[in-house]
Amino acid sequence: MKALLDWLDRRTGYRRIIEYSLYENIPGGARWRYVWGSTLVFCLSVQLVTGFVLWMAYSPSSQTAWESVYFIQNEMNGGWLLRGLHHFTASVMNVLLVLHLMQVVIDGAYKAPREFNFWFGLGLLQLVLALSLTGYLLPWDQKGYWATKVATNIMGIIPLIGPALQRLIIGGPDYGHHTLTRFFALHAGILPACVVALLTWHIFLFRRHGITAKDPKRKPDEYFWPDQVLNDAVACLAVLATVLFLVLRPWLFRTGGDLGAELAAPADPAETYSAARPEWYFLFLFEFLKFFPGGTEIWGAIVIPGFILLIIFLMPIIGRWNLGHRFNVGLAFSLLGGVLFLTFLAITKDRRDPAYKVAVEEARRNAERVKVLAQAPNGIPPEGAATLLRNDPLTQGPKLFARNCASCHRYDGHDGTGRVPTTTYVVKTNETLRDVAKLHEMTEPELMSLNQLKTNRVGLNQELKVYEKQSASDLKDFASRAWIAGLLDPQRIDSLQYFGGTKFKEGKMVKFLKKDIAAFSPDRKEQLKKVIAALSAEAGLQSQRSLDQRDAALIGEGTTLVAGEVMRCTECHQFHKPDEDATAPDLTGFGSRDWLIDFISDPAHGRFYGKRNDRMPAFGRDKVLDDHAIGLIADWLRGDWYTPAPE
Amino acid sequence: METPELPPQPARRNFIKKACALVVGAVGGLVPVVSGLMVFLDPLRRESQDHDAAQIASLDALPEDGVPRKFSVIASHTDAWNRVPRVPVGAVYLRRIGDKQVQAFNVICPHAGCFVDYDGTRRIYHCPCHNSSFALDGRIADPKSPSPRGLDELEVEIRNQNEIWVKFRNFRAGEKEKIPA
Repeated sequence: MKALLDWLDRRTGYRRIIEYSLYENIPGGARWRYVWGSTLVFCLSVQLVTGFVLWMAYSPSSQTAWESVYFIQNEMNGGWLLRGLHHFTASVMNVLLVLHLMQVVIDGAYKAPREFNFWFGLGLLQLVLALSLTGYLLPWDQKGYWATKVATNIMGIIPLIGPALQRLIIGGPDYGHHTLTRFFALHAGILPACVVALLTWHIFLFRRHGITAKDPKRKPDEYFWPDQVLNDAVACLAVLATVLFLVLRPWLFRTGGDLGAELAAPADPAETYSAARPEWYFLFLFEFLKFFPGGTEIWGAIVIPGFILLIIFLMPIIGRWNLGHRFNVGLAFSLLGGVLFLTFLAITKDRRDPAYKVAVEEARRNAERVKVLAQAPNGIPPEGAATLLRNDPLTQGPKLFARNCASCHRYDGHDGTGRVPTTTYVVKTNETLRDVAKLHEMTEPELMSLNQLKTNRVGLNQELKVYEKQSASDLKDFASRAWIAGLLDPQRIDSLQYFGGTKFKEGKMVKFLKKDIAAFSPDRKEQLKKVIAALSAEAGLQSQRSLDQRDAALIGEGTTLVAGEVMRCTECHQFHKPDEDATAPDLTGFGSRDWLIDFISDPAHGRFYGKRNDRMPAFGRDKVLDDHAIGLIADWLRGDWYTPAPE
Repeated sequence: METPELPPQPARRNFIKKACALVVGAVGGLVPVVSGLMVFLDPLRRESQDHDAAQIASLDALPEDGVPRKFSVIASHTDAWNRVPRVPVGAVYLRRIGDKQVQAFNVICPHAGCFVDYDGTRRIYHCPCHNSSFALDGRIADPKSPSPRGLDELEVEIRNQNEIWVKFRNFRAGEKEKIPA
């Protein structure tokens, strides 16, 4: 064995290398305060190992980046762990860098002859920040996309070279395939190569000048191996434990959500993303930028940070004087304090902002929904996962409804997205809060919380936010048996839920209900139930499929009743046979997808309300919405969207 | 750099420290390496796709004299995250061997996986890579052919009198036996 090792040593000189790396003298012996540099080397190694494997599964293009990351995260063995380690080690690395830098400044380790090593360290810090920034975009999710857009747009405001620099970084005038290929080349190639080169020199210089020993020395000198190595190894293990804790946090605290790094919905330039924030270690810059009004951003984004960086760069020179060193330490602490304060400010502002909370909740919903759709039997189409959400009635329906329908209609009392449309009401003479609440069919506490009132006293001409009354029907469960039963209920047809807010409140149907149906005999009332079942079956709703199958016989009888003369439906409505004299909406296929699409497209068509149409726009005929959008609204109202089969 | 003299340390304490340093270091290094290996080895647990029989062509499209013709196989295909319902997944040679009988071969050479051509003048299938050649019935035509087996024949079914349906599969190259890939 020894002969073999001797042979190896003569040819490779490995013993000298090991000796050189392990038997470094540490004046005053091993100490915990010397571990920071080693933890950073450890982090970099973790990033290299995890990064190389991520690289094997990552595909940089705008149709495959999110998709490949989704696949790593959700489909590949241990992918979530790998991605989580890479993501959170980056976070931890930024913290460690700051700690390392602070220690160097406090201990005066930047002083001669170590100036260059300090500058190399600063270079490494910037490279790591650049790695964080470029890595944030690579998953091509909404979060990374919008946050990185802000960063590259800021780059564009640099005088003279800004626009060209921006184009070079993002690979063209707009975000796309080449943005990803360039960011990826930077993130996985150029920047890591620079880091390795600079770090090698950094460590070489560190060995050349030796460790900056902290006085007073408490122990005799020791070698690096084994005491300091043990300290370093324990510190690295603690770093790893922290990272693992962050990766496993959703599981440890049972908060739900993905283990490891978050993956938002796929990037979509047409979808707002108000929850866009940079990664937490850039939040201070984000907050800092808010202090600069339009046109002066360059001061906040480039000039002031650049100036601060320059002073830090000059620290070894300033530190030559005793007072200078104190200035450096003071500056380092105040900068750290400033960064922490700005970060704290950014986080608390967001915490207190209800609009931000709504945006975050919506982002979470979309991220979860797209995962469900990607796992559906149809999988992800080659056009990319963004189309899954664009074509999903559950995602698009509420938004389209809120924008186009909720000025009159409601969906379970709100605008589809959970918000109730509001309007302003001016308090009149002698009106109390109770009067105002009653007038707008609200409860007093509702009114108080909506206006953030602390007491129930209101004054004359006070402006109050009130729920806007709906002026057309509530379309939750449209065409279901319950919905039709309500429509055909003489007590409810003229309520706001149905025709109460429309001109049909005074129409023939309401009169017919109040006079004739209200006077139905018990037998007739039984028949009416069959009519309701039959009309509802015309819609073919997914939620009623088993009910409709079970009641096939009853529905058959009901259909005959609707078509017949006893129930008098066909006096005004058309039902399964053309009737030119029909004056009310066609009941053939009532509530089916085709019926709804035709109705939304043109409610004033002869088949529906004709000239009697109240205020509803012809969304299709007048090209307010395209066929795709109308289809999405129809599908959403019918509850027709993909849901995974229960396991 | 000179190595200064160090006071001798008790051997046992040193040994325990060394062992601890190695173990702790190894644990720290192992976690990222193992997570990387898990993802790296993920392809090993993925199963190859088994296609259902696909309709390739109609009988009328094949010459009566048994000369083969090449057709694309259109089937659903899963490629990592993408699922495509209809996409070319390979190609086959079809030839008539009777009034209502058809023989189908995968176009891939069983030697090393090149795309085999049909040479109409010599009436053989010829592989452009290493000169494997196969007779019309798919058997090895030349005793010096580098291919270890004849062309891979696929299951054919004639449906509705005229439709040719083929159960498409790929097989491992370089093996004497036909083993599904």
